[in-house]
Amino acid sequence: MTSEDPAFKIKTGNLTLLQLHINTADMAELKKQLKQRLSQTPDFFAHTPIVLDLSAIADNSSELNFSELMPFMLKHSMCAAGVVGGSEAQRAAAVKVGLGLFPDGPVRNPLRRETGDALSVAGHRELPVQEKLFSSDPVTPELTVYSVVPEVKDVAATQSVDVVASVVAPVPFVRQTMVIDKPVRTGQRIYAEGANLVVLAIVNAGAELIADGDIHVYAPMRGKAIAGARGNEAARIFVQSLEAELLSIAGCFKVFEEGVPENVSGKPAHVCLEGSRLVINSMFY
Amino acid sequence: MAKVIVVTSGKGGVGKTTTSASFSTGLAMRGNKTVVIDFDVGLRNLDLIMGCERRVVYDIINVINGEVSLKQALIKDKSCDNLYILPASQTRDKDALNLEGVERILDELKLTFDFIVCDSPAGIESGAFTAMYFADEALVVTNPEVSSVRDSDRILGILAAKSKRAVDGLEPVKEHLLVTRYDPRRVNTGAMLSVTDIQEILRIPLLGVIPESESVLQASNSGTPAIHIEKSDVAEAYRDVVGRFMGEELPMRFINAEKVGFFKRLLGGH
Repeated sequence: MTSEDPAFKIKTGNLTLLQLHINTADMAELKKQLKQRLSQTPDFFAHTPIVLDLSAIADNSSELNFSELMPFMLKHSMCAAGVVGGSEAQRAAAVKVGLGLFPDGPVRNPLRRETGDALSVAGHRELPVQEKLFSSDPVTPELTVYSVVPEVKDVAATQSVDVVASVVAPVPFVRQTMVIDKPVRTGQRIYAEGANLVVLAIVNAGAELIADGDIHVYAPMRGKAIAGARGNEAARIFVQSLEAELLSIAGCFKVFEEGVPENVSGKPAHVCLEGSRLVINSMFY
Repeated sequence: MAKVIVVTSGKGGVGKTTTSASFSTGLAMRGNKTVVIDFDVGLRNLDLIMGCERRVVYDIINVINGEVSLKQALIKDKSCDNLYILPASQTRDKDALNLEGVERILDELKLTFDFIVCDSPAGIESGAFTAMYFADEALVVTNPEVSSVRDSDRILGILAAKSKRAVDGLEPVKEHLLVTRYDPRRVNTGAMLSVTDIQEILRIPLLGVIPESESVLQASNSGTPAIHIEKSDVAEAYRDVVGRFMGEELPMRFINAEKVGFFKRLLGGH
């Protein structure tokens, strides 16, 4: 190897990481429940890097005993990669045992199911690996949070919603766009997997549009539109003329049995998720 | 180059066979060598409407199975020299129709005929699928009611996605809308969808509107295609349809309710 060949490269990359939410500093209780959970699925973690979310115990004055927790996790094939949240003292203790510091305050998922457990493994997060790997300063990476698919809100689950609910793996990034320029007719189903969906022709009653990203329809939309099919709550639906039978974003849906409300019916509209509520906005006032 | 035209609808009883009979007769009357094929294996109606049921000896299944030649099975129409009928079998089921066999027949017919009209059975099962698979153009027959329009929409979706032209990535099947059993008076009272409503949903070019008429029943019972019934508005409408199909620009007729004249009212006509 000559001196021109670099021995290493520093690059930015996007990785999906698991989070372990720590809800108690009581090490005995934590270990007990962890053990119990892991006994059900012993092979769940295969040296998976895990971020410890300490935000739930940040106000807790008691210290988390990292020197006890770390070997315990390692024994169960969980590799702690760093911490997010937590008090100053907790974060300092984490650095001492060689853990990384992730910036505080990730966007909270309002729909996350809260469990009474001392811990809960929540959804995946998109955490860019920063260039300043050797700096001890906390870096501020852009966080794009995709969470677990929220539970279906309506009891009257229809067939198309079953489709949504059965797919739980979050798709981290949605970049591509699928363009359909022919009418989508009764009985036809278009699925833009890991992509946005743009339809330039009419979507008739009985037709189904499904996208992991956004859905745009630049014609009358009379069928079903299911955006964020794998749980992307930031997904939106844009239609030129709202006449839909069903609208759904990240599993949260609305059925229009009596037709679309009059104030938005047949008008350009944009649909998004606010908390657990599907909101239809008229695009022109 | 011979054209394969499928007459289809999804829903039953909307007038596919009536249309197939009159449309193929109209094409033949204009001097085109035309053959009309009944794909409704197991039911067989076209020969009745064409008035040739007593002359049916062999059918399309016999030809597919190689039992007889195409020439033996084709029936010459009683009034048009240029028109032939290939009847369906009444004793077999639809599974006897296979794509390879149908393609072989169509390829042979293309050598001698200008137009091949395929009368599709109702539904979206294999029979209807086989009838539409090789089509170059499609006449989508629709009644002015919601369920018929919905079924036509479904058929159009299948044509666009699963026909041979779609599968091979060729130019898509050319679609024509034909509204049948249209009664302008009932449209005015809101009991029927209007042509505009139907076009708004289906969004394909309108080839024609056939008015609801007693003469259709009369024609099919007597084994004469409706286009032959002199002085009937149905015959006129079908002639317009054929004209437009051949590229003529003709105004749409029979879409507005006829105004009852003063004398007619006075004399008790309706």
